[in-house]
Amino acid sequence: MTTPPSPSGPGAVAIAASGLSRRFGTTAAVDGLDLSVGRGEIYGFLGPNGVGKSTTVRMFCTLLAPSAGTAMVAGHDVAREPDAVRSRIGAALQEVALDPKQTGTELLRLQGRLYGFTRPEIADRLREIADLVDIGDALDRPIQTYSGGMKRRLDLAAALVYNPDVLFLDEPTTGLDPVSRRRVWEEVRRLNQQLGMTIFLTTQYLEEADTLADRVGIIDAGRLVAEGAPADLKRSVGQDVIIVRLDGDAASAVDAVGRVPGVTTVERRHDELFVSVENGAATIGPVAVALAGTEVALRDLTLRTPTLDDVFLELTGSRIQNGDSRTDESDSPVDATDLTATPTHPTTTRSEKMEAVR
Amino acid sequence: MITAVRPRPTGFFHDTATIAGRALRAVPKDLSAVVPPVLIAVFFFVVNVATLKGLTEGSISGFDYTAFQMPTAILLGVTGVSRAPAVVLDVQDGYLDRLLLTPVRRLSILVGHMVADVVVAACLTVPILLVGFILGVRFAAGPLGVLVFIVMAAAWSLAFAAFGYAIALKTGNPAAVQSSFLLFFPFLFLTSSYVPREQLTPWLQRVAAWNPVTYILDGLRSLALTGRQGRELATAALAIGIVATLSMAMCFRALAGRVKQA
Repeated sequence: MTTPPSPSGPGAVAIAASGLSRRFGTTAAVDGLDLSVGRGEIYGFLGPNGVGKSTTVRMFCTLLAPSAGTAMVAGHDVAREPDAVRSRIGAALQEVALDPKQTGTELLRLQGRLYGFTRPEIADRLREIADLVDIGDALDRPIQTYSGGMKRRLDLAAALVYNPDVLFLDEPTTGLDPVSRRRVWEEVRRLNQQLGMTIFLTTQYLEEADTLADRVGIIDAGRLVAEGAPADLKRSVGQDVIIVRLDGDAASAVDAVGRVPGVTTVERRHDELFVSVENGAATIGPVAVALAGTEVALRDLTLRTPTLDDVFLELTGSRIQNGDSRTDESDSPVDATDLTATPTHPTTTRSEKMEAVR
Repeated sequence: MITAVRPRPTGFFHDTATIAGRALRAVPKDLSAVVPPVLIAVFFFVVNVATLKGLTEGSISGFDYTAFQMPTAILLGVTGVSRAPAVVLDVQDGYLDRLLLTPVRRLSILVGHMVADVVVAACLTVPILLVGFILGVRFAAGPLGVLVFIVMAAAWSLAFAAFGYAIALKTGNPAAVQSSFLLFFPFLFLTSSYVPREQLTPWLQRVAAWNPVTYILDGLRSLALTGRQGRELATAALAIGIVATLSMAMCFRALAGRVKQA
């Protein structure tokens, strides 16, 4: 799903916010947020720490009242019908919300009781959940003995004691090792594909949003600054770039590379050529072949594709960076070998890009 | 295969019983919260009787100091015993948010803990009563008097515990909850804990007259010493009610503040 859901379709919209704001004193944590998430969609809410992601989730989950604006979740107003919302959502918040003295089984049973299930139903559900989130034998141990990854998975399991219409995951993989992170991703995909569950996922990990989300909303200073399919967002900030490092007569290399189909521009900087192409993966081979026919010695050939970080940089002037607080571009030296960094040749203005992705 | 299960509406009693069940299951995992108060109460019961029995019974004709001292020991054991520290941990661990994400009635979260407290307090009175029986105390009011005694002690425990819940919900700070213990001393010691009111110095008699625990002790003592005395029991119930009205008002106001989506 790469296009915004039609709000007019019956039941098509799982989450809708209009002018949603939340102030803490004079600080606007969320400032006039408008968004719409379709049923069955995985929506990635991307931004660095402290820009309003968790505050937004807490408002959607009825834990925090909006200061202004409205939000509907699963067809119910979060401020006026919080009980109805709570009976249709599950949530794994940024910090795991567990009782360390209970066992996993005790915690999940209690959740089941609070949702009105009978003992046999809870027993059946526990078996399913244990399989779904791959927590297995650990369920009968006190939670305080769990690793961070296991706590995350149990927290997710607690959110899935019933099949919620909408699942909120607030930075579900923060602090996890890469293996645990990938397992959570698999679980999120499985929930979405097997149960058709709408998933609202906040993250500061670019790869996570890129990999999981059907659509991504980029938030900065409490405002949505861009929204769209990850591929569309990345396309909006520029083309793929093949970077050629060479020894020898660069002029002949420029001519040879410039004749390769798909190459739009070739720019020479010292001993490097920056080759802008429409499709980097398809063009890098022909570029290499073209260079082999010249008298230059090829030292290095690198493909850079725009990332969601580039999108964020274009829109806000700062980088998200992987998993850490946002960093100003001036403080963010870029590794020349990093395939996931460096904005390339911006060809449109910021307002034009906004128009393109909306 | 994943079963499609949907939430069902539950009632207040269901929610309250569920929360109370969790609180009670937590008690054996946290015995340090309940065992020391009982041991301290039994210790002082035995030591006080050993210290003052001869002195008091020698100077007051027909006085049963062991029966007189037992309600003091009971109140010492049950006052301040509550799950309020566990509520603070729920706030700190984020588990309160987990509960608030469910359709559970907000009131049930608090009342469930209080129900558990009443059960625990009633249970804690039993070993102290047994020590009393071993030391020769007999209830003039009979077995029903023993039951009333336990109920009144548990009711007082709950009334006092509500101060702890109010602080727990208001602050989410365990150190602040511990500070509710400061109320313990004036309540339990500026009164007729160790000798009859008439034996207190005049200034302490005046203070004790304003202390609700004085009347609770009178009511409890009447059950052991003189049989069921309607006036004493009614006054004791009123004293518990006054304290409970104040503490519960603070407590429910703190709950409303905690869950109002502030």
